[in-house]
Amino acid sequence: MTSISDATSGTAAAEEAEEAEPVWRSRGTDRRSTRTIRVYTSATLIVATVLAVLLVPPAVQLDQQAIDLSAKLLPPSWEHPFGTDDVGRDLLLRCVHGLRVSLLVGVAAALAATVIGTAVGACAGALGGWVDRGVMRLVDTFSSVPHLLLGIFIIAMFRPGVWPVVISVALTHWLSTARIVRAEILSLRSRPYIDAAVSGGASRWRVTVRHLLPGVLPQAALAAVLMIPHAMWHESALSFLGLGLPTHTASLGTLVQSARGSLLAGQWWPTLFPGLFIIVPTLAIAGLAGAWRERLNPRRRSELML
Amino acid sequence: MLELHAITAGYDRRAPVVREVSLTVEPGEAVGLLGPSGCGKSTLARVAALLHRPDSGTLVLDGEPVRGWRHQAPRALRTAIGVVFQQPRLSSDPRLRLADLIAEPLRATGRREEAAGRVAELAAPLGLTPDLLRRRPHEVSDGQLQRACLARALALRPRWLICDEVTAMLDASTTAALVEAIEHYRSTTGAGLLAVGHDHTLLRRWCDRTVHWDALTSSDGHTTAALDVPASRSAR
Repeated sequence: MTSISDATSGTAAAEEAEEAEPVWRSRGTDRRSTRTIRVYTSATLIVATVLAVLLVPPAVQLDQQAIDLSAKLLPPSWEHPFGTDDVGRDLLLRCVHGLRVSLLVGVAAALAATVIGTAVGACAGALGGWVDRGVMRLVDTFSSVPHLLLGIFIIAMFRPGVWPVVISVALTHWLSTARIVRAEILSLRSRPYIDAAVSGGASRWRVTVRHLLPGVLPQAALAAVLMIPHAMWHESALSFLGLGLPTHTASLGTLVQSARGSLLAGQWWPTLFPGLFIIVPTLAIAGLAGAWRERLNPRRRSELML
Repeated sequence: MLELHAITAGYDRRAPVVREVSLTVEPGEAVGLLGPSGCGKSTLARVAALLHRPDSGTLVLDGEPVRGWRHQAPRALRTAIGVVFQQPRLSSDPRLRLADLIAEPLRATGRREEAAGRVAELAAPLGLTPDLLRRRPHEVSDGQLQRACLARALALRPRWLICDEVTAMLDASTTAALVEAIEHYRSTTGAGLLAVGHDHTLLRRWCDRTVHWDALTSSDGHTTAALDVPASRSAR
């Protein structure tokens, strides 16, 4: 008997030792520390982006539109760190101005999409029944059309400008938020505290606004932040196709678009730097939002890997 | 009178949890409903509290048949019944401080200005100190939270109280305090009580009359069958 129990406890001890192996632990801590590094890097990059966008244009009293044909297509140098474009405009300044427009469009479109999505999702989830079925079929129908295509249709109805781009991106991107909010509200709706509110005489409106919406706010806010990079890409894509902003307005999309020709002639800087300006801030925002999402819902981490 | 006539209810029409159950509570009477776990007594309590629409059967409240459940029930009818649930953690909005939790029914029915006074009036006898009232649900114990939930149920001075296993998660002294508070409210207002639970000793001492779930079956004895065999089999 003793030998058996000894043996089992021995195995258990061995298992424990195996579990406490430094390899396993180091992998755990490694993963955690990469996450911390990712969060700090992302946060630093976002702060740098926002500062650059807010401070550089007023601080540098140069005209980003100033044309100097004697200085066209200069490679990066001390005077022009990012070089100049095909009409001699300083690319660093153009990039910062472009980033400003792209960020504005991204944030505005993401906010608008989240507001629409939350309102629609909350209506569907809170009212249920045929309203829910009807609204969600509408969402399915919209989702079945590629959203860039739908965005092009919407934008074609307006003159080129910043707000048509915002409207186009917002009207095509509220669908996923609506789905998230509806699902979350459906799960909250069956909680006993909603029963208690109903029994306490609360109207449908009050139950939704006071008890259901505050519960989905973290998810909706996260969806909004994750939407910002997506909206920035869409702005760039639309502008690159010549449908978004007018070419003379610097946005990251229009910069890449107008530099396309010189890339073939071997001038790499007019495409590379605006390209980097698209990639770096969007990755930083996505990185930070990803970490936030993991914090919000650690259980589903494996499912949430991008 | 709170009269449940031949109530059949559940979450799937093909396999109802409650079959043809009838139960009556006289005004001012305390009825204890005893039954094993999972027999459907909580569902019956939800039907009686107008929170779950039964598949068939009628509920007559003070002589008037009830036609709508949840939001379809008139507000005056819904608020005539105070409900206390089994799990205080799940039945309190995690974002509200206890004072707001208790005041919520008053605010929801447009009696905002009475809220502060009524909360103080309800909280003191239940031992909810101003310090506790400032905390949120995750910062208090189950017993304290359940007392706040009772205060919330009493806020609108209901004529009927439905208590669904209210003391299942609590220790003896909290149970005693809770029962005493409910009885004090009933003695001053004459409210009727339907207490659901599986604790024979408690319910026998607390209530005027206790009913066992088995005794509620209608003549064809469906409910007894539902207790012994899985619902799906008895449905065939």
